[in-house]
Amino acid sequence: MEQTPVTDPNTIATDGFRLHPDDEAAMREEIGHFEQPQAACIEALKIVQRRHGWVPDDAITAIARVLGVGPASVEGVATFYSLIFRQPVGRHIILVCDSSSCFLTGFDQLRDALGEHLGIGLGETTADGRFTLLPVCCLGACDGGPALMIDDDVYGPVAAGDLPDLLEGYS
Amino acid sequence: MNSQRQSPIYKSRLLQPVAERSPETHPLTWRLRDDGQVVDLKEYQSKEGYQAVSQVLNGHDPGAVIAAMKEANVRGRGGAGFSAGLKWSLTMQGGDIPRGYIVCNADEMEPGTFKDRLLMEQQPHLLIEGMILAAFANNARYGYIFLRGEYVESARVLSEALAEARDAGWLGPDVAGSGFDFDIALHTGAGRYICGEETALLNSLEGQRANPRAKPPFPGQSGAWGKPTVVNNVETLCNAPAVMLRGADWYQGLSGDGTDDGGTKLYGASGLVNRPGLWELPIGTTGGELLELAGGLRDGKKLKAWLPGGASTGFLLPEHLDLPLDFDTVGKEGSRLGTGLITVVTEDQSMVALMRNLEQFFARESCGWCTPCRDGLPWTVKLLLALERGEGEAGDVELLDKLAADCGPAQTFCAHAPGAAMPLETALRHFRHEFEQGIRQSKGKPHGDPIPVGEV
Ligand SMILES: Cc1cc2nc3c(=O)[nH]c(=O)nc-3n(C[C@H](O)[C@H](O)[C@H](O)COP(=O)(O)O)c2cc1C
Ligand code: SF4
Ligand code: FES
Repeated sequence: MEQTPVTDPNTIATDGFRLHPDDEAAMREEIGHFEQPQAACIEALKIVQRRHGWVPDDAITAIARVLGVGPASVEGVATFYSLIFRQPVGRHIILVCDSSSCFLTGFDQLRDALGEHLGIGLGETTADGRFTLLPVCCLGACDGGPALMIDDDVYGPVAAGDLPDLLEGYS
Repeated sequence: MNSQRQSPIYKSRLLQPVAERSPETHPLTWRLRDDGQVVDLKEYQSKEGYQAVSQVLNGHDPGAVIAAMKEANVRGRGGAGFSAGLKWSLTMQGGDIPRGYIVCNADEMEPGTFKDRLLMEQQPHLLIEGMILAAFANNARYGYIFLRGEYVESARVLSEALAEARDAGWLGPDVAGSGFDFDIALHTGAGRYICGEETALLNSLEGQRANPRAKPPFPGQSGAWGKPTVVNNVETLCNAPAVMLRGADWYQGLSGDGTDDGGTKLYGASGLVNRPGLWELPIGTTGGELLELAGGLRDGKKLKAWLPGGASTGFLLPEHLDLPLDFDTVGKEGSRLGTGLITVVTEDQSMVALMRNLEQFFARESCGWCTPCRDGLPWTVKLLLALERGEGEAGDVELLDKLAADCGPAQTFCAHAPGAAMPLETALRHFRHEFEQGIRQSKGKPHGDPIPVGEV
């Protein structure tokens, strides 16, 4: 097995998961915004992910308990949405836009430069667990294509030469 | 190499300075600041902000709002161009029908589109005011802004603005002292283009998987939690305050004589142009005018084709640059206005490679509910990849024709598949030779050199 620690299934410590009391309170508050608790499902998954980085199995059951729904409906939602991670990811998420305007302004070159710089391809995590690189739909920054997002920050147009300085900011 | 180059932080911006914008001519953007900072409540109120809400809620009846929106002919800016006033007139209300919802579609994910972001990041109160007017017209009790998860800055600005509006009494149990109660919550999504389809959006809002729903019933009859629900795009809702303040006639007069549509539009251009960007212009502005504002194509390149309003619209040619970009005119050319932000393709860029990229997007974003979309789109990707490598087989182009036809209007559960079919059908029609080259050069020279982009 040549897998890196972060993607080794044996290290997915689901049984260690505990729902933080603050997070449970935030979920209950979110439920108050809607007619039915199920509506808070996506936000609940995001609350777990904000603290934990990703959503382990036991978080699914914990959320289901808070919402008063079956775990299958939480899992169904968790697996539908692309920004909910059901396996460990790096400390920082790079979302690189692969949609048409960026494709026409240099997505291929940017993806290759990222790959070269980080030593990973789309969908992978660096061995040191620092970055996960994912493709994303149009970031609504097409006038700055090719564009990417690192965590909450949007960049564009990004040239290959910008990457060393840019990535440096995320340790 | 680029040691002096600043970190390329992206900031949404309009390419027209304050001096060029006025309340009479730029209803959507006249308040925006040249420094790009958010127009806060104080500044918004000092620039006619919430005046429409004060006047309408304290003096008019909901029917008057609907009538004005109908007369102004504000057509849906989310891409389909359906009259907002007509939609509002079809919402079930009155008698023992429960009060429902106003949902703002802020899922902006159509490739090539970056307009709603500007309105939300820099002028959140215009959207809030538009939603209050829509709520009043449709007797809605609560509003949701369904915002895509990646719009972090929009979320921050909107949350602050909602709190400001609530504190000032523009939202809450007694809006503007009128006795009308209405409030808005911000809902942020978690990815997937299909969430922007209005019935998928409602499922997503309810915390379900975002598969579209069957229509009828339309959301106006039975939407979120079975209640009457109005779904409108950000830009559509942002038009309502000025229509109510200045009147339908004024709004109609904003657009040129060459078009039946009213008002202005946030137009934009991206691709290899010198000055990609956004402008608020009279609806009916031409593609040629947009290209000119964008400073023409980079490095003296030549225009091959363009998409008028996002990935799900049909390709137009240089000969179409003189057409007014309104819903009906573009529709007559076998395309759609869509979101009105054009994407340009230069002569040296391969249509086959671009089509492959587009269909990869549509295939990945299919919700998987119906067969032509779930299975047909990956098949087009496979064929296009082969043609791109010069490994296509005889019959592949005809097969693409058929797959595009199978995904055409009314053959699938929602408009995602027709959106995937339209660029493909038009590309095959206008640039058939490029696709056929991928066959004739069987095992020979690959077709798809990397897309040439020049300096970024
Ligand atoms: C696949 C798909 C994606 C869509 N995405 C969006 C979107 O991101 N934003 C939007 O406003 N409308 C989007 N729409 C259009 C909506 O279904 C709907 O027509 C629109 O929100 C209605 O508002 P409007 O009449 O104000 O345009 C999408 C439609 C489809 C089929
Ligand atoms: S057309 Fe595609 S996206 Fe729309 S419902 Fe069918 S499978 Fe889903
Ligand atoms: S296509 Fe990349 S940001 Fe829009």
